[in-house]
Amino acid sequence: MLKYTKDHEWLRMDGDVATVGITPYAQEKLGDLVYVELPGVGAMFAAGAAAATVESVKAASEVYAPVGGEIVAVNDKVVAEPGLVNAEPTGNGWLFKMKLSNPAELTTLLDEFAYKALTE
Amino acid sequence: MSEAESNVALRHTPLHAMHRRFGARMVPFAGYDMPVQYVPGVLKEHLHTRSAAGLFDVSHMGQIALRPRSGRIEDAARALEAFVPADVLGLGTGRQRYTLFTNATGGVLDDLMVSNLGDHFLLVVNAARKQADEAHLRERLSESCVVEALTERALIALQGPRAEEALAELAPDVRAMRFMDVRATSVMGEPCVISRSGYTGEDGFEIGIAGSAAEVLCETLLRHAAVAPIGLGARDSLRLEAGLCLYGCDLDETTTPVEAALEWTIPTVRRAGGARAGGFAGADAILQQLAHGAPRRRVGLRPEGRAPVRCGAELYATEGDATAIGRVTSGGFGVSLNAPIAMAYVPAAHVAADTRLFAEVRGRQLPIVVCPMPFVPTRYKRSP
Repeated sequence: MLKYTKDHEWLRMDGDVATVGITPYAQEKLGDLVYVELPGVGAMFAAGAAAATVESVKAASEVYAPVGGEIVAVNDKVVAEPGLVNAEPTGNGWLFKMKLSNPAELTTLLDEFAYKALTE
Repeated sequence: MSEAESNVALRHTPLHAMHRRFGARMVPFAGYDMPVQYVPGVLKEHLHTRSAAGLFDVSHMGQIALRPRSGRIEDAARALEAFVPADVLGLGTGRQRYTLFTNATGGVLDDLMVSNLGDHFLLVVNAARKQADEAHLRERLSESCVVEALTERALIALQGPRAEEALAELAPDVRAMRFMDVRATSVMGEPCVISRSGYTGEDGFEIGIAGSAAEVLCETLLRHAAVAPIGLGARDSLRLEAGLCLYGCDLDETTTPVEAALEWTIPTVRRAGGARAGGFAGADAILQQLAHGAPRRRVGLRPEGRAPVRCGAELYATEGDATAIGRVTSGGFGVSLNAPIAMAYVPAAHVAADTRLFAEVRGRQLPIVVCPMPFVPTRYKRSP
């Protein structure tokens, strides 16, 4: 089950590690991505802090950390091929994995139903 | 992710319904609801225009007719020369020229295309500036000319190496036109004005036609296998690769034609010592800069890395400097180059090709190199 933020990130939990990406709605809104900038492994972010950048031909958009934690992995594939985020936003187009500092923050996220309502 | 939405009442071009039918994503632009992209997206649309032919709705732009009250086109030419530093008097019938409306300090009020259609001039001006331009002309030129805003007219651009092939099926005489030719003709029985010019760096045409006839023309052109509809997103990436200015970004009331590297638009006849030297708004400042150079200049830039450097990014002469020397005015991704590109104003000491500067992006200074423009070679049809 994916969790979502109102800023159009998704998050998938596996133990205390969350995989994070942008939603299909977000990639559709942004259009073709041409550049992805990811954080360094080991970097710490508070919930809501800008952790990555995705850029289309026209504009740059920040991707915020949905919850606080430490970056434990990044997806180098999307740096080499930004279009992967458009093609598979919730699959191979994931951006980074983070180890949660405070799992209680998960309760602030939206479930699929609430997120869908937001984008309709 | 963040996004802003506006609920301002937007105007529609005569092709609005067609855009919606083609699944365009619409965005507000200069007060109009315009297609930023269609289903294929900006990357594919950009490349399609470079390899085949792209059809653009640019009906939001202003089309203004200037008709001499005397009936003599030279009178309208002389009157217009008071507003632009161009040789309008020397512009032959059936020819078009790129020029600039200047202000008293030598800044640019708008950039425009002027066409001589024999008995009148046709001006194509920027959407965001058209009311101001029209008012400016009406106020200062009404004695000698009738100023008519052609508000019911659509403007369609057909751009790319297969544009001629597609348009010639409907108007065979366009084959004989060369770059910056313009003619009043008809397509599918509708009177129209066709110029061989555009805003992509490719060969191509712009067609001014009654709004009521625009959709049928577009539908017919789009039936040609080479032609696809292209949105404003690709229009911007195409013009940036061609090194062409976007008014409001690369040109404004504080940039002079010399600073903007557009001195090529000012012919000898309007320069110091010319037969009709000066005589346009801001001539003192502009002729002074033509003689002695300008303190800053618009240049092309290529970031060394992959990160796009966008409008507003500050530029530094040396890494770690705290004081910016210039600012990016247009920047993004050159789709055909598969690399980021930008334009900026920098001081005269830093304009040489291969000069290495640093651009601030998200708090970091990234190396960026001055380079000649256009970034992608233009392919205008200069000879028949």
